[in-house]
Amino acid sequence: MSAPALTSASLTGAFTPEAFAAHLKTVAHLPAWWLDRKQAAYDRFATAPMPKRTDESWRFATLTGLQLDGYARGGTVALPQLGHAPVGIAKAGRIVLANNRLVTHDAIAADFAARGVIFDTLQNALRRHGDLVKSHLLAQPAPQGSEKFAALHTAFLEDGAFLYVPRNVEIADPLAVFHYAHGAHSAVFPHTLVVAETGARVTLVDLFRSTDASRQFACGQNDLFASHGAEITYVAAQTWSRDTLSFQFNSTVARRDARVLSLNLHLGGRQARHESYSQLQAPGAHTEMLALTVARGRQEFDQRTLQIHQAPHTSSNLLYKNALLEQSKTIFSGLIVVDADAQKTDAYQSNRNLLLSDEAEANSLPGLEIQANDVRCTHGATSSPIDPEQEFYLQARGIRKAEADELLTFGFFEEVLSKLTNDQLHDALRELIRTQFKQ
Amino acid sequence: MSQLEIKDLHVSIDEKAIVNGLTLTVRSGEVHAIMGPNGTGKSTLAKAVAGHPSYTITSGDVLLDGKSILAMQPDERARAGLFLAFQYPSEIPGVSIANFLRAAVQARMGEGEELDATAYYKRLYSKMDMLKMDRKFTSRAINDGFSGGEKKRCEILQMAMLEPKFALMDETDSGLDIDALRIVADGVNALRSTNLGVVMITHYQRLLGYIVPDFVHVMWNGRIVKSGDKSLALELEAKGYDWVKKELAHA
Ligand SMILES: Nc1ncnc2c1ncn2[C@@H]1O[C@H](COP(=O)(O)OP(=O)(O)OP(=O)(O)O)[C@@H](O)[C@H]1O
Ligand SMILES: [Mg+2]
Repeated sequence: MSAPALTSASLTGAFTPEAFAAHLKTVAHLPAWWLDRKQAAYDRFATAPMPKRTDESWRFATLTGLQLDGYARGGTVALPQLGHAPVGIAKAGRIVLANNRLVTHDAIAADFAARGVIFDTLQNALRRHGDLVKSHLLAQPAPQGSEKFAALHTAFLEDGAFLYVPRNVEIADPLAVFHYAHGAHSAVFPHTLVVAETGARVTLVDLFRSTDASRQFACGQNDLFASHGAEITYVAAQTWSRDTLSFQFNSTVARRDARVLSLNLHLGGRQARHESYSQLQAPGAHTEMLALTVARGRQEFDQRTLQIHQAPHTSSNLLYKNALLEQSKTIFSGLIVVDADAQKTDAYQSNRNLLLSDEAEANSLPGLEIQANDVRCTHGATSSPIDPEQEFYLQARGIRKAEADELLTFGFFEEVLSKLTNDQLHDALRELIRTQFKQ
Repeated sequence: MSQLEIKDLHVSIDEKAIVNGLTLTVRSGEVHAIMGPNGTGKSTLAKAVAGHPSYTITSGDVLLDGKSILAMQPDERARAGLFLAFQYPSEIPGVSIANFLRAAVQARMGEGEELDATAYYKRLYSKMDMLKMDRKFTSRAINDGFSGGEKKRCEILQMAMLEPKFALMDETDSGLDIDALRIVADGVNALRSTNLGVVMITHYQRLLGYIVPDFVHVMWNGRIVKSGDKSLALELEAKGYDWVKKELAHA
């Protein structure tokens, strides 16, 4: 133990034992089991090593960008300070959080509440529906390399959104959760938990936003649990500031005949790591895993996916599309695992990269691990520049090159966007993508 | 009155000379038909004039109203009033005709000017009606899964919307059925009466019955070797290109 102080500083960065103790005080009113879990998570975080160059799960990633120093809990924010812009979709309910605290909440309609739907902050849910939350909150591991950062999330998670949809309740309009980071050096820990019981149907949209261009830190988790025959549509639009270090972890559990569609739109951040862990646990389960990224400047987007087929007759379809401009970089590493008894699995995994610049770098590591013998699994990755004939065709109609490339990118993305059946949501995402091109 | 002048143009692809000193002047309202055997460089000429980056202009000039356009990007040439109706239009999955044409119309407007969406759709639908195109086409991706004839009709729709000064129409008649040919010809004739100048590349005399050319040129080995009026097209049809070849040998 020659230099313990130095070692611990590099392992925790700004998230020191003192910072954790201060955080615990702010959540002291929450159930003891939860505080115990947080303490255990902090200990795991503080002792786990930072990612190393030799870690396969961090291959291609810029490790120097991951250091955790210089962040702190941001101040309390009021709605007017957010410059909150609507997304232009009809919503069944809305929660706005900023710097880990509730700013405003539009409750779900009374008739849904009467039927047992819960759409509330995580803190309220922990206090009022402790047992329900306990069995699902952070119940899945983070097996793709980010154990340390997932533990950091659990340790510092202050508040988030909880959605519970009881048996056979269908909510047509999306529920929206806005997670804001406000102010320089703010660290946020967004959390969204969706539990859909047997036959329930629901759509939730997470929007990750920064109020300004400052340096920030985000470490979030969104977990989806779809019980028998349930249908969850989950959309996440990540537009953190261009100077944000972002981690986002997803776990999805699909039970018998459940269908989960998740679409992650990645636009913001300096360096953004996204891990998605999908489990198909019973026959008939289906997950649709979609992602769109527009990478610009020196942004780095690192996406790791794991789709595990644990039962026969399950299917999953993964389609991640990245458009890369300027000197940006993307990493896709995906693994399909088919357990020995998961016969008749139908799994698909595809990563497609559109290179709009010679200097951009797209890395792809698709993978399969199949133990059953009667399955259909396909995977593939492609990277290609804009088709010069298509570009010329558009230019020959008077459309400027930059605009032509934007149109072609939308054309490339449409295969994913068209999977959204809600037109307003489709248009809202298009609009967000458009702003990324305007910068 | 506008004028498109192609002056002693030489074009090569990958160091290989394809167009070898072609000269042609087109004025507003005129229709020039260019006929010539396969591989003689007709499409190369059209694409080079439109500014395709794979084609190198090694010498000569192309002037629009007296100003060279060779330093201009393809999109600038288009906004200056050139239109190329492609022999093989690109298929662009995921980009709808409506969004695409909107972007093309918007590109012609001034900075900060907003497109009037209602007026735009009204105009688009009236042009589609003229070309007897189903309105469902607007939400379809550009040429994606279109039949040969649908692609050609879509080219003419774009031309009608963008109102160029000069159109280079590369075998727009190929793949059209008789009815479609008449519809397209009516469309071109209507634009011609508003002073559109046309370079019409074709293999078939049939089209020239509907769009009567002011001049017919025969292209051979990358240059125009014979010019005349519409009767030249009839003569070609009757005698074939060997006739031109023999004449050339005698000259
Ligand atoms: N991109 C290219 N790369 C290589 N060769 C090319 C390319 N484009 C055209 N050529 C060649 O140039 C010559 C002229 O082609 P072009 O398409 O201009 O002929 P065309 O007169 O339009 O013929 P057609 O009547 O068959 O349409 C042909 O020999 C063709 O193979
Ligand atoms: Mg040709």
